[in-house]
Amino acid sequence: MPTLTKPISGWGRYPVETCTLERPERYADLKPASDSLIARGQGRSYGDASLNENGGVILTERLDRMLALDVKQGILHAEAGVTLAEILPVIVKQGWFLPVTPGTKFVSLGGCIASDVHGKNHHHVGGFGDHVLSIELIMADGSQKKCSASENAELFWATVGGMGLTGIIGEVTLKLIPIQTAQMMVRNQTAKNLGHLFELLQDPAQDDRYSVAWIDCLATGDELGRGVAMFAHHAASAEYTAADPLQSKPKRSRVLPFDFPAWVLNSFSIGLFNNLYYKKESSKKAPFLCDYDSYFYPLDTIGHWNRMYGKRGFVQYQCVIPEGTALAGITALLNELSASRRPSFLAVLKRFGAEGKGLLSFPQPGFTLALDLPIRDKGLFSLLDKLDHIVLQHRGRVYLAKDARLSAESFKTMYPRYSTWQKIKQSIDPANRFSSSLARRLNIEGAK
Amino acid sequence: MSGNVLILGATSAIARGTATAFAARGDNLYLASRDLEELKRIAADLQIRYGVKVAYSLFDAAATDTHTAFFAGVLNEVQELTGVVVAFGLLGGQQAAREFGLAEKIIASNFTGAVSILSICANYFEPLKRGFIIGITSVAGDRGRQSNYVYGAAKGAFSLYLQGLRNRLFASGVRVITIKPGFVDTAMTFGLPGLFLVASPQTIGKQIVKTLSKAADIVYLPGFWRYIMLIIKHIPEPIFKRLKM
Repeated sequence: MPTLTKPISGWGRYPVETCTLERPERYADLKPASDSLIARGQGRSYGDASLNENGGVILTERLDRMLALDVKQGILHAEAGVTLAEILPVIVKQGWFLPVTPGTKFVSLGGCIASDVHGKNHHHVGGFGDHVLSIELIMADGSQKKCSASENAELFWATVGGMGLTGIIGEVTLKLIPIQTAQMMVRNQTAKNLGHLFELLQDPAQDDRYSVAWIDCLATGDELGRGVAMFAHHAASAEYTAADPLQSKPKRSRVLPFDFPAWVLNSFSIGLFNNLYYKKESSKKAPFLCDYDSYFYPLDTIGHWNRMYGKRGFVQYQCVIPEGTALAGITALLNELSASRRPSFLAVLKRFGAEGKGLLSFPQPGFTLALDLPIRDKGLFSLLDKLDHIVLQHRGRVYLAKDARLSAESFKTMYPRYSTWQKIKQSIDPANRFSSSLARRLNIEGAK
Repeated sequence: MSGNVLILGATSAIARGTATAFAARGDNLYLASRDLEELKRIAADLQIRYGVKVAYSLFDAAATDTHTAFFAGVLNEVQELTGVVVAFGLLGGQQAAREFGLAEKIIASNFTGAVSILSICANYFEPLKRGFIIGITSVAGDRGRQSNYVYGAAKGAFSLYLQGLRNRLFASGVRVITIKPGFVDTAMTFGLPGLFLVASPQTIGKQIVKTLSKAADIVYLPGFWRYIMLIIKHIPEPIFKRLKM
């Protein structure tokens, strides 16, 4: 198989590392050919999860065939390299939707499982892995193993959230959810501060199938954590009476053609944006219809939006703080951030439900905060260490799919089930054939 | 506009791009190649994405004695064909220049095999007085270079064959289109040094299908390759023979 050695990065464009890429086009060629490798779908994890410095990276993007779609039961069987963007138009017109979706549709099915991604409905339905009926895992010895919650269950839950380190996810069978229309019914609620936002997100009278909140990170003092909570559900046919309610028009997409200079995003420009956004969203008093693309994937209409953060890239910091200490923890995080005078362009707050069975899965019951922070200088990393400290104090954890700099020690404290995971890893891949830069940085596999 | 298109060598990336573009405009497909497992996957995928009918079976370009039976099988399945795409080919390695055994395989696939199956297809379309034949050759067939001249010679011969076939079938109203792709992002080119302006196989596939609504006979894809090859073809031989290409 031909290889290509070149520097690559994740979506955050930090770090950049030299890896040896392979790109099989036949399913039979999807097997471990080198001694050290990691599968990479769309490279949409932010840090080094899909990198393997000076080692192999196997690109799954060409193994993206949909193999069976049961339109009666809502079951999709596909190769793991297929993206949600390709699946959606096919299933929506048949009255089905993804059970869980992250904030971008340009991710592969395999990536969704390896990171056990979550959506705005985690508090109701759990993570992506909870809806996977089965996978075909390609093991370190090249053999194929079918895994599910009932067959090879240990291996299955080590793979869900397992960051690609148990093997290559080759095929996936996914249970879909029924929808009546392609539209979302959305309702916005403005919150004057973080406490208010928490109340809204926890209030059963407000809750809907999907909920998420946007936070204005530049607001301080009494207004700290002011934002907009957004609740939504798939519009029922009574709410959207179009002739063909399952039809959706493809969105026109634009591409950021170049890197923004570092000064473009500053406290002033972000403050301006936040004020405008706050006013615009809070002006929408009544519930409104919105197509699923604009609701779930607002940033996907701007290709390469990561260029907004300039050449040096950015870090997305996402953590979860357990229910009991969440308000205190997230207040502390926002205070630390505002004291650092490093504004986050994007700050998103979500509620999580029960912890899943994935041994290295991120979600735990509580609240999750995601921040986008451009890398301007090394000072950012000491701020992030301080944020880690706050997260640890509040017994929370950091999301590995977005991480580029967590320490191995913090990882162990944050993911207490890692030792069970390590035992499984050692039994199926004792030579650590599947490895990544993230795995070595966090010593996930256990030092030899 | 829905028809039935036969795609030979259907598991290559360019063929898949082309099949996708035909399916997207509503054509039913018959896919054929040496790899049944891959055909099954590609066929299922196109069916699910576009709701068209996709049949498939084994086809080995080099096994010319099987071609008549193969084509009868295709007609048995789809009743009527509207067009054929020849997308199979074997690049081989540099070693082919020194080992005749390898060179023979390259010629058998890229040239002899193509002539064999296209004779059958041409005889089918000629009396119907409609249909199209698309042959995917290569810019490598425009001028012999030390790096891949066996492949280039086979593709060049195939280009000439298509030219003659076009001349013969013109009177019957059967289109014969020669496609000459430049650098396309496929398994054949992945990781090769010195590539530039590489096109995606999906883009090339769409452009191939688009040629049917244009008058062109010989099409370079992407289009700027016409000019690159114009220059390469006009370098005087005394200079060309000294170049490392």
